[in-house]
Amino acid sequence: MGSLQRQGSNTARSASRMPHWMRLVNGPQTLGHGPIFWVGFALAIGAAVVYPAFADAWSVGNTAYFLCWVFMALGLSLIWGYTGALSFGQTAFFGLAGYTYGVVTINFGAAYGMTLVGLLIGVGISCLGAALLGYMLFYGRISGVFLGIVTLSTTLVFATFMAQTAGSQWAIGDARLGGDNGMTGMPPLTIPWVGGDIALYSGVPLYYLLLAMLVLCYLGLRVLVNSRFGNVLVAIRENPHRAEMLGYDIRRYQLIAFVIGSGLAGLSGVLYTAWGQYISPSNMNLAAAALPIIWVAVGGRKDLTATLVGTLVVLGIFQNLTIYGSYYAFVIMGLLLVVVVVYLPEGLIPGLVRLVSRLRKRKEGLS
Amino acid sequence: MEYIHFAFTAFYQFGDAFAFLVLSAMGLAVIFGMMGIINLAHGEFIMCGAYVTVATARMGVPLPIAMLCGSLAAGMLGIVLERTIIHRLYHRPLDSIVATWGISLILTQGTLIVLGSSMAGISTPLGSFSVGNYSYSTYRMVLLGVAVLVLIGLYLLFHHTTFGIHSRATIQAPHMAKAVGIDTGRMYSLTFGLGAALAGLAGALYAPTISIVPTLGANFLVESFVTVVVGGADVFLGTAPAAATLAVIKAFLTGWQGQLMGQVGLLITVMVVIRILPQGLSGWLLKGRT
Repeated sequence: MGSLQRQGSNTARSASRMPHWMRLVNGPQTLGHGPIFWVGFALAIGAAVVYPAFADAWSVGNTAYFLCWVFMALGLSLIWGYTGALSFGQTAFFGLAGYTYGVVTINFGAAYGMTLVGLLIGVGISCLGAALLGYMLFYGRISGVFLGIVTLSTTLVFATFMAQTAGSQWAIGDARLGGDNGMTGMPPLTIPWVGGDIALYSGVPLYYLLLAMLVLCYLGLRVLVNSRFGNVLVAIRENPHRAEMLGYDIRRYQLIAFVIGSGLAGLSGVLYTAWGQYISPSNMNLAAAALPIIWVAVGGRKDLTATLVGTLVVLGIFQNLTIYGSYYAFVIMGLLLVVVVVYLPEGLIPGLVRLVSRLRKRKEGLS
Repeated sequence: MEYIHFAFTAFYQFGDAFAFLVLSAMGLAVIFGMMGIINLAHGEFIMCGAYVTVATARMGVPLPIAMLCGSLAAGMLGIVLERTIIHRLYHRPLDSIVATWGISLILTQGTLIVLGSSMAGISTPLGSFSVGNYSYSTYRMVLLGVAVLVLIGLYLLFHHTTFGIHSRATIQAPHMAKAVGIDTGRMYSLTFGLGAALAGLAGALYAPTISIVPTLGANFLVESFVTVVVGGADVFLGTAPAAATLAVIKAFLTGWQGQLMGQVGLLITVMVVIRILPQGLSGWLLKGRT
């Protein structure tokens, strides 16, 4: 709490000099504000924009694959980091949206922008699922560890359900659900264009689309968490009873945060499915469900920037380890999670930020 | 005669479901009820119990002793993990879930690396008996007996031994317990070890009936989570009645629509129950007592 208040007063001081739109994205609930941060942010985007000019096609496609996952991580940061609700079931919404995209696009094809409709329906269905489950959970006053268990159980049952849909009777229209082997054959995202549709296979155009979506999503979430709504979410995380005594209907706030976060998980699911033209129950099982938790916990779940950077770094490490076998990668991920939770519960990046500011203060004290 | 057959089949399926729920949930329930920690590595303790049982049984050790070995191995693993990692997280219950998930990943994938993706199993002992035209597995009935014995044994352990009194004192008022000379750190270790050993026992008992793969623990997770959530914090007034109630639902739905619908039914039940009784069955049964 102390650090939050200190940051708050800093922002308040600099806020008077800031134009209005800057005040929306800067606030007490996000690390990083002021010219240095935003110059760095602009440089990072610039670097990301010129990156395809210097990298081979495989690397660009692979980076696009990383970007697909970040939305789910940001959503989990909103639910777990900002609202304090342990949701272990984000991969359920990931899978739900992925399968929905598959069903829509396999049945209706890719022409006339149908893949974009599929994207919207996929995200919409995962929001709807989250609203249903979230209503049962939050309005049932389930909190703390039970929330984690029930969301995880739901995910495991859903994964088990999808795994047994191997037979030909398990099809929606032309789309075979495919059981353990998963669903294949859906088209990639396709943008309707005057000279003919542009199919975004893993490559440079898809990379730019994902990059633009990610920047928008990141800035949008910054606005959200620094708004009055976001402040209430943090108040609920810090002390739900106090927030309730102050007159906020915490169930409603938790539910809305859960739906937004799960919608983002759904977005990841659609993008992943469209990227690889494949989705399977193993994207949702116990090991898969642990991955978002690891990305978010390692980077620093209570901050969007930390989550974003942490997720990309951990994904990179994970993929490099997979070269030696995915089992080894999972073991290292498990170790990383245990070490971070025990020694740096706030995550690596907030820990680093605190260290730097402490060093800077000491230097100021000396001079 | 038809009615008797039907009644026996119903009883058999209920008993099978009840034994599975009690045995798979008991370890989780002891750790949660006594320490407030949900142990996501629960499935891996079950896995450890099953592996050690199968390995020792294949070396020629009699099955009951092999099962005991499995349970003890899981208990030992539990105590080691408690001493090295879990005990740092008692004041942070939410973080402890996440940490145990990390442990679960390490154990599952580590087993895959060391022992490969599957291991030759052992056959179900004791054969079958028949009532009317249908035959039933004797072993399943033995499991029901064991589940009841475990419940009785735990009751005696917690209510009629020095260990039980010390451990309950540690849970209720750690500072007072410390003040009267109980080594609370040791009590936490032993209780966690007991929970792990019970999980290992579940793995050991079910080892002959399942395929021995490193992810076998996940098959027990949903049932054990659901039973503990419905039961609430008390092991005896919570887990046992919860398992009995859920067993009826599970047996009915599994018999009618298959295993998966049984799980779905449990999941819906847990959401309804938690809506009506936020403290679980034990909170409702104990209402007005505290």
